[in-house]
Amino acid sequence: MISRLNRLLVLGTAAMGLMVGTALAETELRITWYNDGNEGEVMRGILDRYEAVNPDVKVTLDVVPYKAILESLPVQLAAGEGPDMARVTDLGGLSEHYLDLRPHVSDPAYWETNFGPFLKWLRQPGDDSAISGFMTQLTVTGPYVNKTLFEQAGVELPGDGATWDDWAVAVREVADKLEIPIPMAWDRSGHRVSGPAISMGAKMFDADGNPALVDDGLKTMAGKLYDWHQDGTMPKELWGSVSGSQYLGANEDFANAQVAMYMSGSWQIPQFADKIGDAFDWWAVPAPCGPAACTGMPGGAALVALKTSEHPEEVGKLMDFLSSEEVLNEFYGKTLFIPGHLGLAANGVEFHTDDPRAKHALETFAAAVPGISPTAFDLQGYVYNRVMFNALISRLGEAIVGELTLDEAYDRMTQDVEQQIAEKERGG
Amino acid sequence: MAHQSPAEIDNPTFGERFNAVAAWPMRVLFGLLETPFRALQRILGIGRMPYIFLLPNLAFFGIFVIVPLIINFAFSVTGGDELFLNERPYVGGEQYSYLADCGSYLDPQSCREDRFWRGIYNTITFVFFQVAFMVLFSLVTALILNREIRGRGFFRAAFFFPVLLSPVVVALIWKWILLRDGVLNAGLTSIGFERILFFVDPTWSMFWAIFVSIWAHMGFYTLILLAGLQAIPPDLYEAAEMDGTKRERVFWRITLPLLWPNLLVVIVLALIKAVQIFDEVFVLTGGGPGTATQFIVQYIYTTGFANQVQNFGLAAAASVVLGVVLFVLTLVQLAVTRRKEDG
Repeated sequence: MISRLNRLLVLGTAAMGLMVGTALAETELRITWYNDGNEGEVMRGILDRYEAVNPDVKVTLDVVPYKAILESLPVQLAAGEGPDMARVTDLGGLSEHYLDLRPHVSDPAYWETNFGPFLKWLRQPGDDSAISGFMTQLTVTGPYVNKTLFEQAGVELPGDGATWDDWAVAVREVADKLEIPIPMAWDRSGHRVSGPAISMGAKMFDADGNPALVDDGLKTMAGKLYDWHQDGTMPKELWGSVSGSQYLGANEDFANAQVAMYMSGSWQIPQFADKIGDAFDWWAVPAPCGPAACTGMPGGAALVALKTSEHPEEVGKLMDFLSSEEVLNEFYGKTLFIPGHLGLAANGVEFHTDDPRAKHALETFAAAVPGISPTAFDLQGYVYNRVMFNALISRLGEAIVGELTLDEAYDRMTQDVEQQIAEKERGG
Repeated sequence: MAHQSPAEIDNPTFGERFNAVAAWPMRVLFGLLETPFRALQRILGIGRMPYIFLLPNLAFFGIFVIVPLIINFAFSVTGGDELFLNERPYVGGEQYSYLADCGSYLDPQSCREDRFWRGIYNTITFVFFQVAFMVLFSLVTALILNREIRGRGFFRAAFFFPVLLSPVVVALIWKWILLRDGVLNAGLTSIGFERILFFVDPTWSMFWAIFVSIWAHMGFYTLILLAGLQAIPPDLYEAAEMDGTKRERVFWRITLPLLWPNLLVVIVLALIKAVQIFDEVFVLTGGGPGTATQFIVQYIYTTGFANQVQNFGLAAAASVVLGVVLFVLTLVQLAVTRRKEDG
């Protein structure tokens, strides 16, 4: 009896020792991640392969709501309690927390060659060399239309070079004929308004490069949005129904064929391919024009390494793996994301879809990239762009529901931007 | 009390044996503590011993209430967006004067921080209507549930059930009911009415914010009032009945005066809870349309956490203002409770 007990004790101790030893040898890397579509699933598959060839590394993908990326992650990072890596969209705003990967990646020149224009979005002002991550997704804002509704209404789709006014007339005609509730919907997002505002001539910055949100171009676009909400072209439920800078999208209304035209962006493609399928023809169309340009806004999400990591070497190795052309080809191909890798963008990604609507949308948004206004790129790269987007969206929303006049809203936008940047700079 | 036979004393039941075993560790613990506590009592004197027993609770209260209050106040006199106090510049009362910078306090549009003042006015409107109707509906419901009606137990449970739900769940349920294609609009259109976009109209949004909040919390206050009603001696009603007193007179002369202490507690508790309103309404209306249902706590949350530049100083200053209001309301509650206890 005693010898059996002893044997059990010895075996138990050995097993415990083995477990502790394995745990000590294993490095755990944590990635804070959010999903628009299937990218979490695709990334997990890729990470599983990485773990298989690197048994001493365990990578945990912490999937959180997008709101947590915007609101909780910055507080975590400021407190020094962040993960090793994160998928972020406030590219410049969080740059002070990014880890410079140059000492930890095998070939910094590869990063410069393939991610060069986007690396500067991740850098702090005055820095022109840090490498902190890569774009998991390049996005371009632009509209989708329900082509089936246009065909049923017998209304021609406005062609290349059509203005926002041309589209407004067309979608109203479709809605009137088919009695659909929402002729046109825009995401409640300052980022979404900025492209059309730049098309109308908005400069966004003064001659010294300081933010100058309100000018004639922005007023023209904001005035149109205001008018469209008053005459029923756009529903007040999106822009009017919540306060502040809260995001609201019309993706579900569009997928339910309640909307003739939906201003959003390329990240909706996988979701629409999945949700709408062939229920109707959803069609991406080029950005409508204004007197100054026909531009959307660039943007996207980046996977960045963070200073809070205790394993920079391992993070560098994982980043090398994830940013390789082969892995990114698979990632972009399976997620239907526009590549943020110049080599893949030039050679073309093999997208895993037979859906002609998704293919057309990908081609349309990819073709829009060369036509994006330099002002739009500057705005995307500006470290406090969310301050400008938030001021625009919140004050315009208040004007749309009648709390402010448009002129009062413009004054408040300027004041909000000045106050927040002054507060930031007071902190040093 | 029945006497135990010698056999019963010699053969304790399972329960008694279990209690004896379970009490053993406690006896050991008390035995260990007895010596040091006796020594402590000798040193401090018996009069000071209660403070020793209160110490753990006071420490807990201090760490999780007093210290955060002090930190919050410290944040309110600093600026910038750094998280750690030692990295934040001292700005004195600037955040407070920024909040108070108004052309006219009656016109939020004339204030530099217009959203703070809109939040205050929205909160006052909400508190006024929500508390008034909450107390009224709770009282009426308690009076009905206090009567001998069929299914009384079921109704008591049904009215209390929403109290058990999470505020987010409550808001989501009502949101699904009230949306453009929600259940209510489906009902309205099916009987020939126009669809109503509830969350686009400021008055409707405020109405539903108040309604949903009352629906969610009424059961709790009903329960307090019901307990108060059941404590009223029935012989008073019997005497009134024998005198042929009218029912209205019985309510005004017997029920209401005797229920008044409970009603006061309900009013003060509802008032404090209403001033703190956030989660339900944030999920239900998002503070909109515009800022029509943005209350003071949402303002604090947005200023401190939802903006790119997280203005912790301004949010903390607004929190201090809210804290002062709640402190005054709590003092009122304490005074009311004391008066009730004094009879």
